[in-house]
Amino acid sequence: MSSSPALRMEGVRKTYQVADEEIVALDRADLVVGGDEIVALIGPSGSGKTTLCSIAGGLLTASQGTVVVGGNDISDYTSRQLTDFRRTSVGFVFQSVNLVPFLTARENLLVVSELVGRGGRRRRKDAVARTAELLDELGLADRADNLPAQLSGGQRQRVAIGRALMNGPDLVLFDEPTSALDSQLGDQVVKLIRDEMKDRGTAAIIVTHDDRITHYADRTVRIEDGRISA
Amino acid sequence: MRLALRELRRRPGRFVVAASILTLIALLLMFLGGLLDGLIGSSTAAYRAQPGDLIVYSASSRESLVRSRITAETRAAVEATAGVEAIGGLGSLQVGARLGEDPGSRELVGTVLFGYELAPRGLPAEPPPTGEVVADSSLRSEGVSVGDTVLLGPQRSPLRVTGFVDDTRYSGQVSLWGSLDTWRAVTAANRPGQSPGDTVQALVVRTDGAPAAVAAAIDAGSGSTATLTLAAATEALPGVAQQRSTFNQIIGVTALVALVVVALFFALITVERTALYGILKAVGASGATLFAGVVTQALVVTGLAATIGVAGSLALDAVLPAGAIPFEVTPSRLITSVVLMLVAAIAGCAFSLRRVLRVEPASAIGTAG
Ligand SMILES: Nc1ncnc2c1ncn2[C@@H]1O[C@H](COP(=O)(O)OP(=O)(O)O)[C@@H](O)[C@H]1O
Ligand SMILES: [Mg+2]
Repeated sequence: MSSSPALRMEGVRKTYQVADEEIVALDRADLVVGGDEIVALIGPSGSGKTTLCSIAGGLLTASQGTVVVGGNDISDYTSRQLTDFRRTSVGFVFQSVNLVPFLTARENLLVVSELVGRGGRRRRKDAVARTAELLDELGLADRADNLPAQLSGGQRQRVAIGRALMNGPDLVLFDEPTSALDSQLGDQVVKLIRDEMKDRGTAAIIVTHDDRITHYADRTVRIEDGRISA
Repeated sequence: MRLALRELRRRPGRFVVAASILTLIALLLMFLGGLLDGLIGSSTAAYRAQPGDLIVYSASSRESLVRSRITAETRAAVEATAGVEAIGGLGSLQVGARLGEDPGSRELVGTVLFGYELAPRGLPAEPPPTGEVVADSSLRSEGVSVGDTVLLGPQRSPLRVTGFVDDTRYSGQVSLWGSLDTWRAVTAANRPGQSPGDTVQALVVRTDGAPAAVAAAIDAGSGSTATLTLAAATEALPGVAQQRSTFNQIIGVTALVALVVVALFFALITVERTALYGILKAVGASGATLFAGVVTQALVVTGLAATIGVAGSLALDAVLPAGAIPFEVTPSRLITSVVLMLVAAIAGCAFSLRRVLRVEPASAIGTAG
């Protein structure tokens, strides 16, 4: 259990320029997520949930404010630094299933470490061992060699969870991870997410607009029109 | 890289069209190259077989063998030049030959009768006696064998073929190699106005110094010669430069087509992959890594096509009967063609670079920024 926060956002503002109009997606957002805390982020569509996750995970840069992840201030990172940061420090699970279609479950987990290609045999061995362990935990051991098309929606989302955990992240961002699943399966997946996070002591933000999911979280944060309210 | 190779292996179907077109282009490229080398070879082989460094023409000949006349005095002057190690006269006569002993035969084969002193590669040091020649081996495919006689020119001057030599064609025709006396006699008989007397058309010179310096010394000393290095003289042979530039233009256009095919195909593929690239960037892949994957795929597909092209042109070379068409396969031509294809592939990929780099990682999560 680490005591330093996994995420600290202070006064974060994000605007999009669309034609002549400036859309404020996130405004004066302050959020601290503890080192092993699971936060449910709920709010209506268009309220800025995805934007918040993107900024916390280094997919987007804030227009204003400070973003510190796992002790690193990423507010002024270059896009190259952000690429490295995403690879080493955060995990993403997206709303839509987005595995690499021509890779097996196992290969989808290995894809990040292979894309870098550095580190040699030792690191590759570690990654392979970690993959086997994760697939086992996620109940996918017998599906390791299946392509995404041969898996059910729930299984695919579990592979995506495995991929997000491969790099031992400080923070995992789940953007509506269950929206493509029926409610029973969704419940299972969220429970799995909770167990995986708690086992590792890893912090997570789970975006949802399903109130039933929030009881798996340590805390619920609401967002509306880009403003966070506890 | 590994990802790119896996995609090739798992989804070969998507690359089949591009690979097929590139294979056809590779075959065309190597066929054109082989044809060019074959044509140039059959125009110039007689020169390339010469045992010297320099060719001496008369000054007024405009570097043409048929227009050139070297007299005995000029020859003596050339021979006396410092740096000249050996010297030999060369004469040529382009003339139709009737194969076999029938003087009424209407079947004419284009030949060039050479008279020589310094033996070209593969020929006896001592030229065959008068009335006998060694023929280029392409004459074999006309059904001529050792001991047969061919009848040259309107006068049906008989020459007995006493042997064959490989790769000595000239001006696209079969060469016959005899002594200067044979050449003089046949020329005098068939071209009464142009009897060479005791002249030769050109001198082949072997030097023991820097060829260029000796060439300058020869021209300065004789005052009536134009001396070229063997390479320059070969390149100056009629039609060679034109053939080369025409073919090189066609080859260049073909390589450009390969470039366009790769560019279009991979531009299309990268558009299709926008979402995938977004995800991969989101999980930490750099644009450079993804582009390296595109280049890898292009190189593999093109390399495969080029390999089939190499195999195809070797096969063609094997099945083509010698002398049927001027087609010559050389390792350097094959290597050049493969390299050209690969360079075209890399250049073609460059058109997708911007698109690959521009994909936003945020597009994976739905907020393209
Ligand atoms: N790439 C973009 N360009 C312009 N506006 C955007 C973009 N992404 C999001 N927005 C706007 O920002 C606001 C917040 O969007 P988002 O963070 O996706 O909300 P949520 O995930 O809560 O539905 C919305 O008004 C949305 O229209
Ligand atoms: Mg959203």
